[in-house]
Amino acid sequence: MYDVIVIGAGVSGCAVARELSRFKLKTLVLEKESDVCEGTSKANSGIVHAGYDAEPGTLKAKLNVLGNRKMAALSKELDFSYKQNGSIVLCFDEKDRDRLEELKARGEANGVEGLRIIERAELLEKEPNIGDDAVAALYAPTGGIVCPFGITIALAENAFVNGVEFKFGETVTGIQKQEGGYLIQTKQQTFETKVVVNAAGVYADQIHNMVSASKMEITPRKGEYLLYDKNVGNMASHTLFQLPTALGKGVLVSPTVHGNLLTGPTATDIPDKNEKETSREGLGQVTQKAALSLKGIPGRQVITSFAGLRAHITKFERNGAVSGAESKEMSDDFVIEEVPDAAGFIDVAGMESPGLSCAPATGEYVADIIKKILNPEENRDFVSTRKGIINMSLATEKERHEKIKENPAYGKVICRCEMVTEGEILEAIHRPLGATTTDGIKRRTRAGMGRCQSGFCNPRVVEILARELGVDESEIKKSGGDAWYILPFEEER
Amino acid sequence: MKTDLIIIGGGPAGMAAALAAYEKGIKDLLILERDKELGGILNQCIHNGFGLHTFKEELTGPEYAVRYMDMVAEKKIPSLLNTMVVDVQGGSPCVVTAMNREQGMFKIEAKAVVLAMGCRERSRGAMNIPGTRPAGVYSAGTAQRYVNIEGRMPGREVVVLGSGDIGLIMARRMTLQGAKVKMVAEIMPYSGGLKRNIVQCLDDFGIPLKLSHTVTQIHGKERVEGVTISKVDDKLNPIPGTEEFVACDTLLLSCGLIPENELSQGAGAQMDDMTSGPVVNAKLETTVQGIFACGNVLHVHDLVDNVSKEAEKAGEFAADYILNGEEDWGEAVRPKIAEKTKCTLPEDRDAGSQLICIGCPVGCLITVNKNEDRTLAITGNTCKKGEAYARNEMTAPVRGVTSIIRVEGGSGRVVPVKTAGEIPKGRIGQCLDEIGAVTVKAPVKAGDVLIQNVAGTSVSVVATGNMPVAICL
Repeated sequence: MYDVIVIGAGVSGCAVARELSRFKLKTLVLEKESDVCEGTSKANSGIVHAGYDAEPGTLKAKLNVLGNRKMAALSKELDFSYKQNGSIVLCFDEKDRDRLEELKARGEANGVEGLRIIERAELLEKEPNIGDDAVAALYAPTGGIVCPFGITIALAENAFVNGVEFKFGETVTGIQKQEGGYLIQTKQQTFETKVVVNAAGVYADQIHNMVSASKMEITPRKGEYLLYDKNVGNMASHTLFQLPTALGKGVLVSPTVHGNLLTGPTATDIPDKNEKETSREGLGQVTQKAALSLKGIPGRQVITSFAGLRAHITKFERNGAVSGAESKEMSDDFVIEEVPDAAGFIDVAGMESPGLSCAPATGEYVADIIKKILNPEENRDFVSTRKGIINMSLATEKERHEKIKENPAYGKVICRCEMVTEGEILEAIHRPLGATTTDGIKRRTRAGMGRCQSGFCNPRVVEILARELGVDESEIKKSGGDAWYILPFEEER
Repeated sequence: MKTDLIIIGGGPAGMAAALAAYEKGIKDLLILERDKELGGILNQCIHNGFGLHTFKEELTGPEYAVRYMDMVAEKKIPSLLNTMVVDVQGGSPCVVTAMNREQGMFKIEAKAVVLAMGCRERSRGAMNIPGTRPAGVYSAGTAQRYVNIEGRMPGREVVVLGSGDIGLIMARRMTLQGAKVKMVAEIMPYSGGLKRNIVQCLDDFGIPLKLSHTVTQIHGKERVEGVTISKVDDKLNPIPGTEEFVACDTLLLSCGLIPENELSQGAGAQMDDMTSGPVVNAKLETTVQGIFACGNVLHVHDLVDNVSKEAEKAGEFAADYILNGEEDWGEAVRPKIAEKTKCTLPEDRDAGSQLICIGCPVGCLITVNKNEDRTLAITGNTCKKGEAYARNEMTAPVRGVTSIIRVEGGSGRVVPVKTAGEIPKGRIGQCLDEIGAVTVKAPVKAGDVLIQNVAGTSVSVVATGNMPVAICL
């Protein structure tokens, strides 16, 4: 019998798990994929929003501002990449200035600090490549960028070393209420628990509907992105948003914490929760809109494109009323609460933007709900810090030299583009909740994430994984399931 | 550490530059190579077609590499393998920062540096092909490495995008190893490869070449399940309504090469947008003092023979610079780039009487008619090879075969091989089955006979590369 089972190992689920590991609780995280960070958390903008977007009083507003404030300390404690580079919301039309002021007022009501309207001259100082039509902007110095994989993996690893169990490849197929808790059925087995946390991302509606009479519907909102070479990563230093206009929401242009340039996303509601295809139209739209914000983004510097799904609640019947995006009268907020007709079942649903920014606060918020239910003892052995994998390409020459002398594997470069060494890849495999797939290696070390997109290092990473895991290379997958790279020997000529 | 000349990259360009500098009197020099052996990409290009200019004979990639490796060894030119250069700075002296397992991070001062890092392939992302992101999308070179170096197969049913020589060669290679290559799609209205490669890599195996077609969507959640192929208009834009779904588990991309110039840029070298390589003067010196460039890092070459030739010059110029000091840099000279091959086979060709000769890269269109006395009238060939080819082709077609043989106890898993002569076309399958059934013991030297009388012929299968015994650390 578990005290808590968290369904979903995305950033929200892992943040909850980590907060719970501060207490003497038997906690399990169930994840249907082969690794943490395989859903919405892996394909998004990687932005730590300042907190001016959401309506004052909403959970989105509250957790965003709180999460933003906690991010710097958390990134130090858990050793993941984060940078407070400041956000800028561009206004392209004098007529829209009111809306810029509105945004500023909303941000101030939410408690966002340092907001300022800046004019084109200052804008140009801050961003020399800014689009010609930008007339003014809202400047938010607290906006930042974070490595979405880095934070999720860090939270998960820290939870794990503090005693939280993780099980992968476990798809929840049913949940039954029983005396003192719930029975969770997966494709393989059954688990008993007192409390359930539903952090299932775009599937949170299905999990919710297994226990509650008030039905929820999540329609994934697909966003397509383009990622550019580090050569052009310094074209912008702030995250550049576009003030929403009658023509649509606009796209962002931002440096990433790793030094690339990112543009996107589109926003298309799609029926399939597992459809992550990019499209010619979508990517074309991103390119076109991004050009408004930043001049001269060179198309030939694109290194990859991807699509991610935001868990957007389109319908939620609650207390006889219907909320969600379909209804204007109720706000379009996260749903983080103990489900009224399912005691001990806690939804962490609708975690679309700014879900990533909120994660540090979401974890605490949910843990507080659970504390009231289970009244747990403090875990005195809790270790709050975690050391990440060394990034050899960022280390000083002296540090690198010492590391190689200590272990020669750090002297062998496997991924040329990102200069990732064998030592880093071995760390990624053998650390807590280590990588078992090439995507797992990529998100932990960046091997394969560079300009050649694993063309060079893929066979080498597959070889290392197979050797270290003691399996044949044909068993190494990109991301679990049927994502094989090479055929078994038996099938060869 | 100090030396006169550092060559970054031990592929064909690096080795030729080193040898030329050595001949000019620079005996204190060093090749830095990131892989575990010299030879660069040639080691995985196990097919035939290299060396016609340099050695006046047709060699496989590994054979071409071995010739240079032997010369480098003979002159005792030192090299550091498994060594990654992380930074280059020009001037007097130049400073190269590198790392490897044994020495950690280290700096070497040199009077001059030759950049010979080669190029990389354009990735799927760089081409912006929409769709899902499953496993099974490989650049042709990655697949080539799996098949020819690792001895493993990266797929069963294959679509190749791009009909340059690498795409064509890989279509054949995958077929020979048992895969079904469904088609080669090419966005241009012509192939970028040689005529003879269209004949011997596609036509021989009935693989269709779809000109003016491209991949417009990749399907499959975990592994590739298929691709959408569309016809393109004369502006290369996909034409709506022409989409065709092709089921496959593998997409190979052979869509161009990009000079690998991160180090050059780090050194502050001015770049040429047209070649994607550094700007150089008549002496192949970049805009950074003491740093020279040659081979595919300077611009993408079609022929390795041309790489060697250019690299020799770079080696000589670097030697000259070391011995005689800096002259006036002069003006920028863009390297002569051979016009891209634009190859189509004549559409109205009568397959019964007209042939494309595969004897050399020219690809003559040869017409064969039967005289009244039943002898053959062969016209259109421009050399004797063509006549012999046409005669054979009409009576008993023959082909040379290149592949790999598994090695036990070697530092690698397989060694490249070729048939020492041509064998009947109909015996290729049997030949490959016999090759696949054999495992040899290391060491293997290029030229070793590994199978005699293959497929019932009098032809033997010989190694084209070296495979030393594994060294256990």
